[in-house]
Amino acid sequence: MDQRDASVPTISRIGPFRAWVTTFGALIGSGFRRYSTYRQATIAGTFTNIVFGFLRCYVLLAVAAEAVGQRPAGYGAEQLATYVWVGQGLLSVIGIWGWTELADRIRSGDIAADLLRPIGPVTGYLAADLGRALYAMLTRFAPPLLAGALFFPLHTPQRWQTVPLFALSVLLAVIICFGCRYVVNASAYWLQDARGPIMLWTLGSGVLGGLYFPLRLLPAEFVVVLWAATPLPSLLQTPLDVIAERDGPALQAGLVAVQVGWAVLILALAALVQRRAERRLVVQGG
Amino acid sequence: MIKMKDLRKDFTVRVKASRFRRKKRTVAAVDGVSLTIDRGEMVGYIGPNGAGKSTTLKMLTGVLTPSSGEVSVCGLTPVPQRTKLALRIGVVFGQRSQLWWDLPLRESFQLLRHIYRVPAADHASRLKRCRDLLDLDEFLDTPVRQLSLGQRMRGELTAALLHGPEVLFLDEPTIGLDVVSKQAVRSFLAELGATGDVTLVLTTHDLADIERLCERLVVIDHGRVVHDGSIEALHTRYGSRRTLVADLEKPLPDGFALPGADLTAVTANGHRVTFTLDSTTAGVAVAGLVAAVPVRDLSVVEPDIEDVVARLYAER
Repeated sequence: MDQRDASVPTISRIGPFRAWVTTFGALIGSGFRRYSTYRQATIAGTFTNIVFGFLRCYVLLAVAAEAVGQRPAGYGAEQLATYVWVGQGLLSVIGIWGWTELADRIRSGDIAADLLRPIGPVTGYLAADLGRALYAMLTRFAPPLLAGALFFPLHTPQRWQTVPLFALSVLLAVIICFGCRYVVNASAYWLQDARGPIMLWTLGSGVLGGLYFPLRLLPAEFVVVLWAATPLPSLLQTPLDVIAERDGPALQAGLVAVQVGWAVLILALAALVQRRAERRLVVQGG
Repeated sequence: MIKMKDLRKDFTVRVKASRFRRKKRTVAAVDGVSLTIDRGEMVGYIGPNGAGKSTTLKMLTGVLTPSSGEVSVCGLTPVPQRTKLALRIGVVFGQRSQLWWDLPLRESFQLLRHIYRVPAADHASRLKRCRDLLDLDEFLDTPVRQLSLGQRMRGELTAALLHGPEVLFLDEPTIGLDVVSKQAVRSFLAELGATGDVTLVLTTHDLADIERLCERLVVIDHGRVVHDGSIEALHTRYGSRRTLVADLEKPLPDGFALPGADLTAVTANGHRVTFTLDSTTAGVAVAGLVAAVPVRDLSVVEPDIEDVVARLYAER
């Protein structure tokens, strides 16, 4: 606003990469801060996760007790309990439900404000979502896991690489889930209202992502197709299979590699959809 | 600083023709606008509802892709170079918020500093200035969702200026504000414009904003420019004239006339007269009147821009 500032766009003197990392980090921080505002929601959500954890755990253990050799789909009872409780903890970290921010902003026309930032909307929203996931990881992951450990014997990882692989797998799952939600939300650019696609997504990701039951209970050929052809099993099934050590070390790492592929693909798709949408964008509401 | 040539934006509207058929109709929201705005100009961009003001602004800021025509802002093409352009322009949409709903203003500003990569010292000095001029301090730690409209608008203005933009686009910045907040916003913008570094494009329905801030007025209607020039030029064009209203000790003598002025109204039993000044100055007219009858009180009334613009809008 003073003489020089107005005419010369002031860019930090630090290198472009570091500047980018700082910006991205600040956006992650903003996502974290925004979600940490709602503490009661955090508590209520955690409580619900625990209640449903008991429900799911008892059902799956009952299935296990009836199954041949008491190992349905290759999971032991402790692995199943781990699957359920880690899954309950991850639910809000991955966040397959409830994100309609982009669709809402498209519908109201507020998306215009996002487009006026010197940062791409996909990048901006991704960073904010990572902040959200970080907050969820710190607050909502541990309580269900503790509750599960208190009431059920859980599986302790046997291999050294399981925990780091799990951490990586969760990060990738968050990115893939974000990409999927972004694309689903972006349908509002064309439809004005994305409620239909979001409902379809909620159902599809729950059933085929491994939330309602481990996908391995389905016929093997079907599962392979699902894993390779859709990003859905990479959302929950993969991190849970990794931490439960359902498979040998090779397949365990292979599943994470599939996630890497999906993460790249889905982010590219989100960016493509965004570019297409901008060309035909109509800002709603004046 | 800003160049537009034959800028057009068409929207396709589907109209129900029968139960299963929809007819496509093309509506030109902006229909061939050509304008050049230089650095440091303050331009008021007005027009009736649906005239294409906001659509033009959205094309200038890179949010909407033009259907045809050329546009350049700060030497950049808005849509393909949108993120680059974003660093050099500031935008306030009066009806939308660019702040984060859940965050206090202070944190929003901090986040904007990182997004726009503004050096900390520059950020601090600009924020300090906005805090002083716009009285932000009392609500700097309140989450945006709890701010009143006036407070939020002051926050929005600050947010648009923290990266030191060269061009500031304001789309109805005073919409819905009370008199005090309006004045705060106006005097802030006037001060900003006085530096001569910031180019300002303002759309509004409140013509007082324009009178107070802009030397140049562009009127658009049905997507076309119908007037481009100063406010005085608009008055001249529509023959709006100043009036002289006088309260007299006694009624005017019969047959009294002021050269170059028309007697347009006589009220209060002949004790109040109104002259419309045509080809004379107020001074001459007042002297002529005082010489003829004792005058108790008088005032010279400037033509009302609202009347002129209303006539302009009504002509379509």
